Amino acid sequence: MKEQLENIRKAALNALNELNIQQDLENLRVKVLGKKGELTAILKQMGTLSAEERPVIGQLANEVRTTIEKAIEEKQAELKAKETERKLQEEKIDVTLPGKRHILGYKHPLSIVLDEIKEIFIGMGFNIVDGPEIEYDYYNFEALNIPKNHPARDTQDTFYITENILLRTQTSPVQVRVMEKQKPPIRIISPGRVYRSDAIDATHSPLFHQIEGLVVDEGITFADLKGTLETFIKRLYGENSVIRFRPHHFPFTEPSAEVDVQCFSCKGEGCRLCKGEGWIEILGCGMVHPKVLSNCGIDPEKYSGFALGLGLERVAMRRYNIDDLRLFYENDVRFLSQF
Amino acid sequence: MNLSMRWLKEFVDIGNISPREFSEALTMSGSKVEGYEIEGEILKNIVVCKVISIEKHPDADKLTVCQVDIGEAEPLQIVTAATNLKVGDLCPVAKDNSVLADGTKIKKGKLRGVMSQGMFCSVAELGVTLNDFPYAITDGIFVIQEEGAYPGQDIREAIGFNDTKVEFEITSNRPDCFSVIGLARETAITFGKELKLHTPVVKTIGKSCKDMLSVKIKNPDLCPMYCAKIVENVKIGVSPRWLRERLRAMGVRPINNIVDITNYVMLEYGQPMHAFDLRFIKNGEINIRLAESGEKITTLDGIERNLSAKNLVIADAEKPVAIAGVMGGEYSGIMDDTTTIVFESANFNGSSVRLTAKEHGMRTDASSRYEKGLDYNNCIPALNRACELVNMLDAGDVLDDIIIDDCSVKNQRKIPFDYEWINKFLSTSLSIEEMKDILTKIECSFDGDYIIPPTFRPDLEHKADIAEEIVRFYGYNTVKSTSLSGGAQGKYTERQKFDNTISNTMLALGLSEIMTYSFISPKYYNKILMPENHLLRKSVVISNPLGEDTSIMRTTALPSMMEIIAKNYNNRNPYAYLFEIAKEYIPTDDDKLPEEKNKLIAGMYGNNVDFFVAKGIVEELLEKLNICNYDIEASSTEFSYHPGRCAVFTINGKRLGVLGEIHPKCSENYGINTKVYTFVLDVDLMFENTQRNKTYIPIPKFPAVTRDLALICDIETPVLTLEKVISNAVGGILENIKLFDVYTGKQIEKGKKNVAFSISMRSKDSTLTDEQANKAINKAIEALENIGAVLRS
Repeated sequence: MKEQLENIRKAALNALNELNIQQDLENLRVKVLGKKGELTAILKQMGTLSAEERPVIGQLANEVRTTIEKAIEEKQAELKAKETERKLQEEKIDVTLPGKRHILGYKHPLSIVLDEIKEIFIGMGFNIVDGPEIEYDYYNFEALNIPKNHPARDTQDTFYITENILLRTQTSPVQVRVMEKQKPPIRIISPGRVYRSDAIDATHSPLFHQIEGLVVDEGITFADLKGTLETFIKRLYGENSVIRFRPHHFPFTEPSAEVDVQCFSCKGEGCRLCKGEGWIEILGCGMVHPKVLSNCGIDPEKYSGFALGLGLERVAMRRYNIDDLRLFYENDVRFLSQF
Repeated sequence: MNLSMRWLKEFVDIGNISPREFSEALTMSGSKVEGYEIEGEILKNIVVCKVISIEKHPDADKLTVCQVDIGEAEPLQIVTAATNLKVGDLCPVAKDNSVLADGTKIKKGKLRGVMSQGMFCSVAELGVTLNDFPYAITDGIFVIQEEGAYPGQDIREAIGFNDTKVEFEITSNRPDCFSVIGLARETAITFGKELKLHTPVVKTIGKSCKDMLSVKIKNPDLCPMYCAKIVENVKIGVSPRWLRERLRAMGVRPINNIVDITNYVMLEYGQPMHAFDLRFIKNGEINIRLAESGEKITTLDGIERNLSAKNLVIADAEKPVAIAGVMGGEYSGIMDDTTTIVFESANFNGSSVRLTAKEHGMRTDASSRYEKGLDYNNCIPALNRACELVNMLDAGDVLDDIIIDDCSVKNQRKIPFDYEWINKFLSTSLSIEEMKDILTKIECSFDGDYIIPPTFRPDLEHKADIAEEIVRFYGYNTVKSTSLSGGAQGKYTERQKFDNTISNTMLALGLSEIMTYSFISPKYYNKILMPENHLLRKSVVISNPLGEDTSIMRTTALPSMMEIIAKNYNNRNPYAYLFEIAKEYIPTDDDKLPEEKNKLIAGMYGNNVDFFVAKGIVEELLEKLNICNYDIEASSTEFSYHPGRCAVFTINGKRLGVLGEIHPKCSENYGINTKVYTFVLDVDLMFENTQRNKTYIPIPKFPAVTRDLALICDIETPVLTLEKVISNAVGGILENIKLFDVYTGKQIEKGKKNVAFSISMRSKDSTLTDEQANKAINKAIEALENIGAVLRS
């Protein structure tokens, strides 16, 4: 019997050595250790043994079982490792194949730039105010010191609905409405659509967007106007922007200015981008005309303020190097998905 | 406006400053320079030559070989086809390696075997015209008759084609700067130089003109002043070169000496002038009056114009002879046989001139000056200057006296000199003397504590205007910038945040934002199948549109979206998922502002989109916006949509929006051969119905029990009805109902459908037992049976 047990051990260990497949391992376990297996069969014969032999053989039988079990376990681990290895090999993919893309929505480039401008102004304590696009002549012109037949009306070719109602040519009427309703301090921007009867081409559109700003409070000075705009422009165009204020005329501000930034391309030398001037005009501004303040019920002796206005399309065109304004309103997905 | 630097230098000595430096300085003191051009800058190596000999070309009948003197030791040999030259003539020659006005490069070369060392030039090849040199000819060489021209002289110098033209953008508040003198004044202050003004000296012949002409202003509000002077024995001819040169540099075509004088004075003084032929002033009577309706005049441009009662005219005893401030009549204009002329120098009301010019579609150099408001004090100096020029040009005999009707109101404008306010306003610390110095230079005077602005500066009215004058010469960029003080808080309003959430959600769901024009063509309503008499056809109409396509304000955003969808489809983009928060403009009463409604519109086409994808987007959005109490119903009456694939959303009985597949006829109208899905939601209504205060709902502690129900029901029964029945029956423990199958086909009786739900139930307080779940489900089954939906066996 002792010999039989040794043979079983030997045979099982040999078989294990040869073995490579999970199923064979399972079969071997059943064959050797199972209820009807070789080892069990031997143990069933234990009864025939003498009392002296029984513990010896019993111990041997346990030893054999433990050895075989341990060997099977080791083999099991080995096979599993091999299997994992094989699977990993098999699962190899070409990581250079393209990724599976989701369809994302893209924000319109004008919105992207507008959001940035809004954030800059919000950071400086401004609120954002909307107003009607179809306006009374009074709010668009008269309250802003542009009476009927004023030559300045020629420069803003206006779409009229009736004699007194028009499509706003600027977002300044929003400022008038705010000044009528709210007592200073006022710090707002009014972005929105404006309309002028310009035929559509690469740089003109009968509809475009403006952002206008207004500050009214006691003791607001020309220096505040300059400081605020310098901060705004540096945030928008970078800390190194070189800025100049140039006298200009708007009926609703006095003094009025246009603001230029030094050409980003030629640094002021003069190039094609800046038409040889070395500067690029980016916004108009000025101290709110005392007549405009009085028109809105604000005492110009007590309060002063400044206003500014810039065109959104021009900022976005420069930002993204877009050379044709029509692209913004054609909304081709090949255009939209670039931003 | 173009400015001749040569002319400018007559009034202010700025030395040889470069045009760029000049432009920069003037721009920064408030006269914006748009650009400059140096006359003849492109011309190279073209000089005056003197023809020494002309011989036949040995091998060509039509060519001659000329020897010309260019002031050098050796003459040049030029082969030419021109026939208008003779020995002794002075003419321009383009030497080897020269450049003509159009950029053509000239090199020496052989012509039929004979060396030609350059080319003679015509007027056009130099970039000038016969108006500049009336004695020259078009087809032939420019034979120069300029005094002082000599062989070898640079051609530009010889013919005076070397001025610099600076182009200014003159703003509407500065009519005074529409003149050489006005810009000279600005230049003098900018560079700290003296302005050298000249008072015209007129030599008259000692004969009065008082009996020859009378002037009467009938509408003093439209014509504050009218002055006239008469010149006899007029000799119409060509103006001298210096005068033609200046007109050319300022962009005015020389015509004849008298017309040129009127233009010259207008450019120099900014005061438009006119000259009449006295023969055609009936009874020597000039009346400045409004036209009578029915009156006509043929203006100098040869066009007959019907005058209206709003047009101010210059009339003789019978008829209008000029439209005041706009253009003279053809009939009374200067002709070659004119002998006695009347110079007019008048002041007209700006608005009146502007409206008349606009009415007749004729904006002239005169009207564009008048409309900004001119200075009546400029009338007499300008008139005298014209007569002085007549003397200088020996163009006629100037009679004594000025015939004048002066109705101008001489009330002096006074502005308080509040120098402390100005310093505070500008954040400067200038002394009163420094301010006075600047104000004196712009020709303000002082009366105690008041400033009296010059009459040519109608823009100076308020102390803020004075502040501007101070700061533009002090330097806008010299003022030290400061930051706004006071801790104002900027933030988005609830509504702005709400709109941002809509945009961000749409973007996250894969839709891209578009921006469309708010105006459309009325025809677009046909394209979206809107019935003829539909209320939405009543739109806000633009009275002066650019074209039909942009002539009305849209009452629905759908056509704008469809245009963009069609554009993308036609550009062969395989898909487009788009949205816009768009305004719709609904007319109210005629004299009230229209209502501007905010709508979210989405439009989609492509392989991955169908009705339920679109609906899913609406559902996701409404969930994100915390809007839950909405209802949805099928609609077959939405005109733009497929009658079987359209749903209307409502909230408390109000229309929230519409969703559906675009009607194939509508798609066809846009040339789209694929299915298009759109939805429109009322942003204002959504905002009203959003649950603003979100509170946390605890994550469930106890497990859910799910039961699946497969039902057979009538094919027309909406799933929503089934869901509502289940929801009512199951009650409070219902967590959600998930539809997982809808089937019609072979195994199902005709007219019926199979609908399968997975129903999830959960209790907040305990683990739900099977009995509880079964009880609820059985209740649901019973209720479903009542509406004809039975369990599938």
